[in-house]
Amino acid sequence: MSGKPKLHYFNGRGRMESIRWLLAAAGVEFDECFLETRDDLLKLQKSGALLFQQVPMVEIDGMKMVQTRAIGNYIAAKYNLYGKDLKERALIDMYVEAIIDLDELLMMYALQPADKKEQYLANIVDKATNRYFPVYEKVLKDQGQDFLVGNQLSRADVQLLEALLMAEEYKSDILAKFPLLQSFKARISNVPTIKKFLQPGSQRKPPLQEKDLPKVMKIFNLGH
Amino acid sequence: MAGKPKLHYTNGRGKMESIRWLLAAAGVEFEEEFIETKEDLEKLRNDGSLLFQQVPMVEIDGMKMVQTRAILSYIAAKHNLYGKDLKERAWIDMYVEGTTDLMGMIMYLPFQPAEAKEKNLALIIERATARYFPAYEKVLKDHGHDYLVGNKLSWADIHLLEAILMAEECKPDILSAFPLLQAFKGRISNIPTIKKFLQPGSQRKPPADEKFIAHVKKIFNM
Repeated sequence: MSGKPKLHYFNGRGRMESIRWLLAAAGVEFDECFLETRDDLLKLQKSGALLFQQVPMVEIDGMKMVQTRAIGNYIAAKYNLYGKDLKERALIDMYVEAIIDLDELLMMYALQPADKKEQYLANIVDKATNRYFPVYEKVLKDQGQDFLVGNQLSRADVQLLEALLMAEEYKSDILAKFPLLQSFKARISNVPTIKKFLQPGSQRKPPLQEKDLPKVMKIFNLGH
Repeated sequence: MAGKPKLHYTNGRGKMESIRWLLAAAGVEFEEEFIETKEDLEKLRNDGSLLFQQVPMVEIDGMKMVQTRAILSYIAAKHNLYGKDLKERAWIDMYVEGTTDLMGMIMYLPFQPAEAKEKNLALIIERATARYFPAYEKVLKDHGHDYLVGNKLSWADIHLLEAILMAEECKPDILSAFPLLQAFKGRISNIPTIKKFLQPGSQRKPPADEKFIAHVKKIFNM
């Protein structure tokens, strides 16, 4: 009997957050094992549990899965969030890959030196509002449907919602010019499993606080 | 009627090279349209051909596909190089992500500041020999098969061969501690479609030289 998936990461968003979103959207309960110190990571590495010595790692269906995209792909396919055929899958992949690029940009903000932060933020806003959001706005406009691909909820919708909410944390009116993304945001937020995940007390993690950054840098040996 | 896939990129490896490898291994003929100048890139953007204003872009089966991984996944699935079920696919994805990370480090080396080059090269060699190659050597050792997943050629094998050859360009004896990977390299290189791709005159691209790097930086405003 395979138990619940078990997530190994630090107690924060990072690269594990999109996996938490997917599992939650699919209605899958999961456990979490948090890395608190560098020793926790070293211990996990020494145990041979990490194929490439890195987290995220998710124990699922008898596998110790690593690599964020591989894990996301598996969960999406298993829980029917990956379209109905190869072409829908291709579209979902294209949309998701771009969202991952945007997520990377957002994630790296915290690691920028203080004097570079303002310029970096301007770049995030520029890319979000000129490169990425217009594409999804247009997809929704052209199709006139509730979801991005195949008229049913997919991984692309879940990950886009996650990105929209994260972007709004950086600039609260970032969706001002995108009416269809605004209604998309409301609609997908109301999907019951997602609505539940968005409520306090869920396993959704808050944005990284400045005070927690040194701890994270230490665990991952960053800034050396 | 679907014509040959058409690849839009610069005349060099970059992010398109893995796509060339996969198509070639699958025995699929493809055409290439090279971006030579900034204007070429602007034209593609202004035509609306690039979903996120970026290349690689591959015209395939009526789609203008972008995003390297999306393109690779599509080709792998279409040509039976993605395993037989969800779990085999999961392993292939994990292995490919590892080789992607390693090749990414090698690809970006020429774009790093010159003074960091020696340090970065040392890091590449360390990662290759202490993190990635041991993982793949162990996979081959544990199951004793010719291929990484499912006892059958998959995208993971093709990608690993590409990574091995790239790593050897950084350090020719980089496989010295990995006998199974050496045998793997010999074996996969001999697959007819791949053997053909490895011969001079194929669409495989050479490593970027200084002149090409300068050229690319200009086109992409780097």
